[in-house]
Amino acid sequence: MKEIHAEHAELAGEFNKDEDRVDWHDETLWWIRAKRDKAVNQLPEWERLRDAASQIKDHVLGNLDTYLEQFEANALQNGVKVHWAANAEEHNKIVYQIMLDQGVLRMVKSKSMLTEECHLNEYLKEHGIEVIDSDLGERIVQLAEEAPSHIVLPCIHKKKEEIGELFHIHLGTEKGNSDPQFLTNTARIHLREIFLTRKVALTGVNFAVAETGEIVVCTNEGNADMGAHLANVHIASMGIEKIIPKKEHLGVFLRLLTRSATGQPITTYSSHFKTPQNGREMHIIIVDNGRTRQLGRPDFRNSLKCIRCGACMNTCPVYRRSGGHSYHNAIAGPIGSILAPNLDMKDYADLPFASTLCGSCSNVCPVKIDIHQQLYKWRQVIVKEGYATKTKKVSMQVMSNTLSSPTAYHLAGKMGRFVIKYAPFAVNNRLNPWYKQRDLPSAPEQSFGEWYKENRKKQ
Amino acid sequence: MSTSTSRDSILGKVALNKPESTPLPDLSFFINGTAAVTEQFITILGNIGGKAHHREGTIDEVISTIKNDFPELKRIYSSDPDVRRALDLQFVTPASGHAFEDVDVAIIKAHFGVAENGAVWITDDLMGNRALPFICQHLVVIVDEKNLVPTMHEAYKKIGSSKYNYGAFIAGPSKTADIEQSLVLGAHGPKSMTVFIMA
Repeated sequence: MKEIHAEHAELAGEFNKDEDRVDWHDETLWWIRAKRDKAVNQLPEWERLRDAASQIKDHVLGNLDTYLEQFEANALQNGVKVHWAANAEEHNKIVYQIMLDQGVLRMVKSKSMLTEECHLNEYLKEHGIEVIDSDLGERIVQLAEEAPSHIVLPCIHKKKEEIGELFHIHLGTEKGNSDPQFLTNTARIHLREIFLTRKVALTGVNFAVAETGEIVVCTNEGNADMGAHLANVHIASMGIEKIIPKKEHLGVFLRLLTRSATGQPITTYSSHFKTPQNGREMHIIIVDNGRTRQLGRPDFRNSLKCIRCGACMNTCPVYRRSGGHSYHNAIAGPIGSILAPNLDMKDYADLPFASTLCGSCSNVCPVKIDIHQQLYKWRQVIVKEGYATKTKKVSMQVMSNTLSSPTAYHLAGKMGRFVIKYAPFAVNNRLNPWYKQRDLPSAPEQSFGEWYKENRKKQ
Repeated sequence: MSTSTSRDSILGKVALNKPESTPLPDLSFFINGTAAVTEQFITILGNIGGKAHHREGTIDEVISTIKNDFPELKRIYSSDPDVRRALDLQFVTPASGHAFEDVDVAIIKAHFGVAENGAVWITDDLMGNRALPFICQHLVVIVDEKNLVPTMHEAYKKIGSSKYNYGAFIAGPSKTADIEQSLVLGAHGPKSMTVFIMA
């Protein structure tokens, strides 16, 4: 089922061909990062909230089996049907079976990165089921036959003119109209008809409360609610890591989530689904798909604390300039790069290298995941397991030899300064991928070591 | 499909792979109920695209303000007995949310409001039908000033173990910024949200 695809650097190279678009993408995401900062700085207790959130999630990981069982028992008591899926395939089959039981061929779906991870839409399409994504950004990428490029802002890579053209082709709007207000209103009318006619609605889950068996879904558009309340059957898909122990813990997470994501104080809707509506059905599918394996990796398990705010993407200098599609994974950016190798170490071997290790991701993470350290650790695992590309292996070996020998280190520094000064063409040519989109700095006359030696003698 | 087998195997793997348990944090630090909450609620709700009226008076006076605010909108609905009396509303709450598709203005009472984010907490018993606050074109919420709390921590304290089948924090009109980050109010749900804070 998996397609052969290029690696991150190559895909980023494609994205980088349009320099204006890269600048615009970069600036838009940085603007959202700045909005996050503004919201965060209004709360003096922000760091304590991050600590609390991190500790709650740590506690959950240490007691996950107990909480999953508690959640299941309470959800069953609430009249909800609970399913367990070991992997993507089982998840998709369960959804399909529910559709068959209902005898319907059309579904409306709100945002769920888990269903992206499971490739649910493709699976259902192959089985003759139509899925319409109802989040505006997701509907846009669906019309464009693309995947979302960001977990919170699915079509952040698209210009309004491109969206106007898509709406012209698929929804019959006048050609050339790309006014966001007009396009949003068109989507409102188009999707209202979908909400009113679909019998099955699928949503994701932001938080699942063990104490009460309820699930919480957060949206700004209200699409999860429109779908779920108007359908006969509500299916909610969640990874095992969405569990939190108590309702009071929502206070911590709902304060952190949207401030981190977009700088809003909270999403417009934070909906708490406990029981199905009278005479209707609610199903919750609890999915593993590699999460228990990640739980068993001490260096990487706390990636499971992620609450999917996207702050690490908005702040990442590599993500902002390479675009979400260059990560060829349902979840892009720094967090995607530490989650993906667990799913398939060979296929995603390139992702932990798509980082400068600057650490900005870890600094903004609301649940304090050590993202950049995990990126670094994945590199070592990937090289050791033999999944790194040949050039990467050689360059890492050269780097390691150079840094472990003082003589080699000093010589390399001298050579570098000489080359930059007298023969820059040896570095800044098209054969050197590092030089793409970069300018060389002017070389200093001497190294700090040489300067120190000289000036120490003078004294 | 063998869901029960998957259940046992998932729980088994979790038990095998989970780390040592660590304690839950103490959240009492975050409770501080002293801020001047009404002003903050009004400001924040305004910032997120909503509107607040802080006022004294009866439900009838609130209704006449609403009719003033939405002169051209005729179909007003509420499942609250006081509001229904004031509106002289005969229409009975139907079982399916589809029936509210043409509602212009829905009026719903909230349990309480949260100053730090402009959200109100509404459960399905107050909505009448879960779809109503989402499917209406404009949403009006009535909340008692004495029921405003500073933050989400006090909010969940207030919810406590109260019974509900469905509940939502609603903060402002439905919105999206998916097209080039341009904010548009009225994505799928209400195009406006007005909160009456009753002194």
